[in-house]
Amino acid sequence: MYRSMVTLQIMDTIFYEAQRQGRISFYLTSMGEEAINIATAAALTSDDVVLPQYREPGILLWRGFTLEQFTAQLFGTKDGNDKGRQMPIHYGSNQLNYFTVSSPIATQLPQAVGVAYSLKMDNKEACAVAFMGDGCTSEGDFHAGMNFAAVLEAPVIFICRNNGWAISTPISEQFRSDGVVVKGQAYGIRSIRVDGNDTLAVYSAIRTAREMAIREQKPILVEALTYRVGHHSTSDDSTKYRSSNEIEHWRTARNPTTRFRKWVQTNGWWRDEDETELRESIRKHVLNAIQVADKTEKPSLEELFTEVYDRVPPNLREQEKSLRETVKRH
Amino acid sequence: MWGIIRQRAACKGNHALNLEQGIRAIALRAFSSSAKQMTVRDALNSALDEEMSADPKVFIMGEEVGEYQGAYKISKGLLDKYGPDRVVDTPITEAGFAGIGVGAAYYGLRPVIEFMTFNFSMQAIDHIINSAAKSNYMSAGQISVPIVFRGPNGAAAGVGAQHSQCYAAWYGAIPGLKVLAPYSSEDARGLLKAAIRDPDPVVFLENELLYGESFPISDEVLDSSFSLPIGKAKIEREGKDVTITAFSKMVGYALQAADILAKEGINAEVINLRTIRPLDRSTINSSVRKTNRLVTVEEGFPQHGVGAEICATVVEDSFEYLDAPVERIAGADVPMPYAANLERMAVPQVEDIVRAAKRACYRSR
Repeated sequence: MYRSMVTLQIMDTIFYEAQRQGRISFYLTSMGEEAINIATAAALTSDDVVLPQYREPGILLWRGFTLEQFTAQLFGTKDGNDKGRQMPIHYGSNQLNYFTVSSPIATQLPQAVGVAYSLKMDNKEACAVAFMGDGCTSEGDFHAGMNFAAVLEAPVIFICRNNGWAISTPISEQFRSDGVVVKGQAYGIRSIRVDGNDTLAVYSAIRTAREMAIREQKPILVEALTYRVGHHSTSDDSTKYRSSNEIEHWRTARNPTTRFRKWVQTNGWWRDEDETELRESIRKHVLNAIQVADKTEKPSLEELFTEVYDRVPPNLREQEKSLRETVKRH
Repeated sequence: MWGIIRQRAACKGNHALNLEQGIRAIALRAFSSSAKQMTVRDALNSALDEEMSADPKVFIMGEEVGEYQGAYKISKGLLDKYGPDRVVDTPITEAGFAGIGVGAAYYGLRPVIEFMTFNFSMQAIDHIINSAAKSNYMSAGQISVPIVFRGPNGAAAGVGAQHSQCYAAWYGAIPGLKVLAPYSSEDARGLLKAAIRDPDPVVFLENELLYGESFPISDEVLDSSFSLPIGKAKIEREGKDVTITAFSKMVGYALQAADILAKEGINAEVINLRTIRPLDRSTINSSVRKTNRLVTVEEGFPQHGVGAEICATVVEDSFEYLDAPVERIAGADVPMPYAANLERMAVPQVEDIVRAAKRACYRSR
C-alpha cells in the first residue's frame, strides 16, 4: 500500500508540472488523499465495481492501470483506452471494473445504485462503490441515490471524501449539517465517519463495510475526513481563498503518506534507502512514460465517428467520407 | 411560369387514378387483409410482455408501473407476471430512477424506464444526455447503454403548459441517442421491440391520446419475433402532388387532410416518420423529388423543430426539385394554454394541414 501511495504522489507532482508546461491541457491531483485512494482499493476486491468522482485514480493504480496507460489518456494518444475522447483525468477501464469518470457531479450516485441492483439480480459476491466529495452531497442526485439505495436495498458503499473544500467553497458554506455522516442516517442508511488520513482506519472501515453491504444487501455510507492539499485542479489557485500556512500544515505535518511511512518504518519494514530508491525509480518511469506519449500519434480520423452508436450509422460514414475528401483537397 | 403550368396539370387530378390510390392506401395502412384490431396500449403492453419473457435482463422501472398497473395502464399485468424485481415501482425521483437505469444498463441489464410524461424527463435530462447518450463514445465502446426511456410525449387534452410539450426536437438533436415516435399499433409493437433489443440508448415518444386508439393489425405483426427497422419511415399513403411528413398523432391528422385534399383533386403522399433520429432522409427526399412540394407537420414548437430539420435536409439534397417553398405546420409558439378553445388554436388541426398543402400547390395564398 505504501508504495502505491508514493507512486500516486509522484505521478501527481509530475503530471501537474506537465500541465503547467503546456504539455497537457488539464490535470487534477489527489494530494493529501492518498490514504483514501489506496486503502479503499486494497480493502475491496477486483470484482467490486467502482464509480469514481474524479479524485480517485489511486484505485486504478492499485488494480493495475499502468503509468503508460495513465499518460496515454492524459495526452490523448491513440494508445489511450478512451481513444482520445475524454479530457485529462477522465480515466475508465472496463477490465478493472472502474467506470469512466463523468464530469457532472453526483451523477454516479444513482447510477451506482443501478449497478448494485444488477449485481443483486445476478447474485454476485460483490458490491458497487461510489465515491463523492463533500460538495457532491449538495446535488439533487445525492438525495436520489441515497434514497433509492435505501429503498431498493442495494449493496452499494457510498464513500464521501470530505476534504473541506469544493473548489473555493469551504464546508461551512456547503452545508450546515454535522458533516456528511448524519445525512446518511436521515435516509435510514448505516453510516460511519473515519479519519481519512489514517491508512489503516480506512482499510478497516471499508473491509467491514464491504462485508456488511454484501451480506445484508444494504447500502453503507462512509465519510472519510481529509484535506485537499492541492488546488482543485490546474484551473485553480487555492492561495486566493485559503492561507498558505493552512495548506503547508496539511501537506507536511498532517500528510497521510508520511504518517503511514512512519508506521511502516517503525515496524522495521521500510528504510530510508528504500524510500530514495523508490522515489527515484518512479520518477524515471513517469518521465519516460511522458516522453513516449509525447511522441505517440493521436487517434486516427475514423475514430471521430466510431462508438457514437453501437454500429456506425450511414450518415456518419458519409460525414467521414466528406471529411477525408476535404482533408485531401487541402 | 413552367412551374405553374406543371402544377395546374398535376393538381387537377384524375378521379380514376385517385380511386386506385385510395384503395392502395387502405391496403398499405393495413399490413394485410386480416381484420384484427388492437389498441396502441395493448400493442405496447404485449411488446413489453414478450420482450421481458424473451430476455431476463429486461426490466421496467418508473412511477406507478407496478401495483397501479401503470399510470396509463401500459404495464398492466406485468407485475403479477414477472414480480417486483423486474417491474420496479419507484419514489418520485426522475433523476434517481433514470440514473439507476443508466447504471444498470452500464452493468449489462436492459432497463425500460418510464416517465409519466416526457415533460418530467427534464428532471432527469442530464442522465439521458450526458450519461446515456455520450458514454459509449466517451469510453470508446467500453460502456454501452442498452436503455429505453419511454412515456407519453406532446399534448394531451386540457393539461396545460407543463404537461404538453413535445420533446422530439430536443432529443432528436443529440448524437448517441435514437429517437422513435410510433403512430399506429403496428408501429408501437414493432418499434418498441426494436428499441428494447437495440444496444444503443433509445428515447421512445408515445402519445397519450393514441393509447386508446384501435388499428387493424396482421398476424405477422402479432408474432413475438416481429420488429420494425429503426431509421426507416413509412409511406402511409402514396401520392404525387405534395409530400406531407408527420409523426405520432399528426400522422392521423395528415391522413385525414389527405382525404379532404383528394376531393379537391390534390393527391397527397403522407409519410409517417416513425424514427426522428436517425431521420430517414432518403425516403423523404425520394418523395419530394416525386411530388416537388413539401409540408412538414408536428405538434411541437416551431423554432428549431423537426420540420425545420426536414426542410434543411430537403434543401440540401433536393433543392432543384422543389417547386414551392416548404410549408411548416407546427404548434403555436406559446406555452400550451389550458382553456379548450385556446388549446385548440395552439395545436395543428386538420384544416391547417389542408391549407398548407393548398398553399404549397399554389391553389391559395
